[in-house]
Amino acid sequence: MKYVDEFRAPSEARRLAAALARIVRRPWTLMEICGGQTHAIVRFGIDELLPPQITLVHGPGCPVCVTPVESIDSALHIAQTPGVIFCSFGDMLRVPGSRSDLLHAKARGADVRIVYSPMDALELAARNPTRQVVFFAIGFETTAPANALVVYLAKKQRVRNFSIVSSHVLVPPAIEAILSSPRNRVQGFLAAGHVCAVMGYREYERLARRHRVPFVVTGFEPLDLLQGIYLCVQQLEAGRAEVENQYARAVRRNGNTEAQRVMREVFDIQTRCWRGIGPIAASGLVLNEAYAEFDAERRFGRSSQAATLPTACQSGLVLQGLRKPPECPAFGKACTPEHPLGATMVSSEGACAAYYQYRRTSATSTEAAVS
Amino acid sequence: MIRWHERVERETDRMSRVFNNACPVPAAPATVTLAHGGGGRVMHDLLEKLILPAFQNEPLSARHDGAVLNLDGRRVAFTTDSYVVTPHVFPGGDLGSLAVHGTINDLAMCGARPLALSAALILEEGFPLKALRELIQSMSAAAAAADVPIVTGDTKVVHHGNADGAFINTAGLGIIEHELTLLPSGIRDGDAVIVSGDLGRHGIAVMSAREGLRFETSITSDSAPLWTVVRDLLDAGIELHCLRDLTRGGLASALVEIAEAARLSIRVDEAHIPVLDAVQGACELLGLDPLYVACEGRFIAFLDYVHAARAVDIMRAHPVAEGACVIGAVAAERPGHVVGTTSLGTSRLIDMFSGEQLPRIC
Repeated sequence: MKYVDEFRAPSEARRLAAALARIVRRPWTLMEICGGQTHAIVRFGIDELLPPQITLVHGPGCPVCVTPVESIDSALHIAQTPGVIFCSFGDMLRVPGSRSDLLHAKARGADVRIVYSPMDALELAARNPTRQVVFFAIGFETTAPANALVVYLAKKQRVRNFSIVSSHVLVPPAIEAILSSPRNRVQGFLAAGHVCAVMGYREYERLARRHRVPFVVTGFEPLDLLQGIYLCVQQLEAGRAEVENQYARAVRRNGNTEAQRVMREVFDIQTRCWRGIGPIAASGLVLNEAYAEFDAERRFGRSSQAATLPTACQSGLVLQGLRKPPECPAFGKACTPEHPLGATMVSSEGACAAYYQYRRTSATSTEAAVS
Repeated sequence: MIRWHERVERETDRMSRVFNNACPVPAAPATVTLAHGGGGRVMHDLLEKLILPAFQNEPLSARHDGAVLNLDGRRVAFTTDSYVVTPHVFPGGDLGSLAVHGTINDLAMCGARPLALSAALILEEGFPLKALRELIQSMSAAAAAADVPIVTGDTKVVHHGNADGAFINTAGLGIIEHELTLLPSGIRDGDAVIVSGDLGRHGIAVMSAREGLRFETSITSDSAPLWTVVRDLLDAGIELHCLRDLTRGGLASALVEIAEAARLSIRVDEAHIPVLDAVQGACELLGLDPLYVACEGRFIAFLDYVHAARAVDIMRAHPVAEGACVIGAVAAERPGHVVGTTSLGTSRLIDMFSGEQLPRIC
């Protein structure tokens, strides 16, 4: 299958792995911040192909995982409002809020519907003029343009019964936060390919300069990941700290300027709370004044905030790359996909879920389990 | 665009951050959720912890597709299944033909020649009679083509909103005319694993017909009766150890259930698992793993590896099994685990998914 098979060719993968083994001299810790990349690494066993000096850690790249509890609680509050059709991507349904989740709200009678595109939600609103249709707009910069466009169209077409719960997050501020932390061990980054397809990679040039850390914009197939890792290690061994683009077939330095334009038209930047990490300034998107009428939290009111109870969940440490899922004492015991303690185990792109699904036993993993 | 980046720069320069690791307690389920019907781990747990313990008996404890009962020295197989899929009509089939094929196949997996089916209909008030007629005719055609009569049935009507148009339950009776016992407990260390054809056609066909997923595909459901393939294997004297048809949860779920029931491990080579390009493409688009996508006309067979090549030849003589091939082997170490060798030569654990398989978002 074109654009897939070529980038999974086993002989090429072995060649890249061998080339990597030849150039690596010192131990290096690399981070990727993309749920899709985490998933692909574990699914294809990319880490099994790497020389032992390379440590891959998974950053807060799963949009489901980093959606703050307050957003889930707002979503629940709105979904349970009579007359509302609440639309969401499927993964969000199982993420726990303070007391419940959308799947259980649906089971108790709330009209919660899975959609595959925000356009579906807008069309639902057009077809159901007597109902309020609300879309749960989460994600990184990848999904933001489509969500922005939908709000833009809603205003243009005067669809009054449509609104969104906006819980978008931006990647560069999270990277800044991770690199500024005194506990940081990350020495190089694989930048998320699809985020950069939208935003370009100019923002990373400042981060690379300021923190003396290399960034390689990387795709999602096994060969992309191996080549991205190779280029990053090559820079580290040479003492360079630049931004390189491995995913050139989809990413340009300036990104998709049309997509950025529609995001700017509709959104403002604000401080956003990242689940498991806390507030990161200028890391979230919120509807600006011109489009404020489409803000569902403004239209329906927020839920009364319930205190979140600390549990054994260590997803915050996992999201910052300070702990691997199998190193968490609850992993596979108190915390499983059936009884998740945190979002990283719920979401199919979450690091804990990826490890649980593909790496639970030492029969499949060369890394020793650390308890 | 420059302004946008400058704004981000200015704001991030003024940051102060606090890291905290608090996570909320998840909701403990007190009601049935869709995940309980998904074919994954949640459903498995519901069966094992809430439902099956209430009905302890020997046929049930075999945990197979149907129950094998002793009737005056003859063995009969007895099975039931309910069909609730929407939309009712999809490329390659409908609720009616599915209801006939599925139950015939459960009997076939017990090695039983299907004798007869029952059909119970639960119809929703307001369901168009034209649609009902089409479903009934489809059932009739499927039963006739498979030469298995529907000999008894029932019809109920419920208020509007209490059934998705129509639900169908079929039960089936079959007769076992050989000496083999086809159960997970019959599987041996070193057995070969054969799959009867490519994966995922049914799941993708149904998804493509669902509102909201409008993607063009030529994929049609693989829904089909499998008894004649099994019959030919039995008639040829192939010493089968276990059969299992692939339904909800796909190949992966069937392998995991059997590995756990047999207390053995299974290793499969992903390079040998057949998936049509069009199915692979749809899965890539939606973020699904073909190993987990539903089939309705496919089965896996466990048998001594020395018979595998001959079994594959016999299967390939049938149109519904023309893609039959060996995909892996059974081993004794690490019982209960299913491991896949990826195309890159690395390993990955193949487990039951948790609830429903939900397409990924980004």
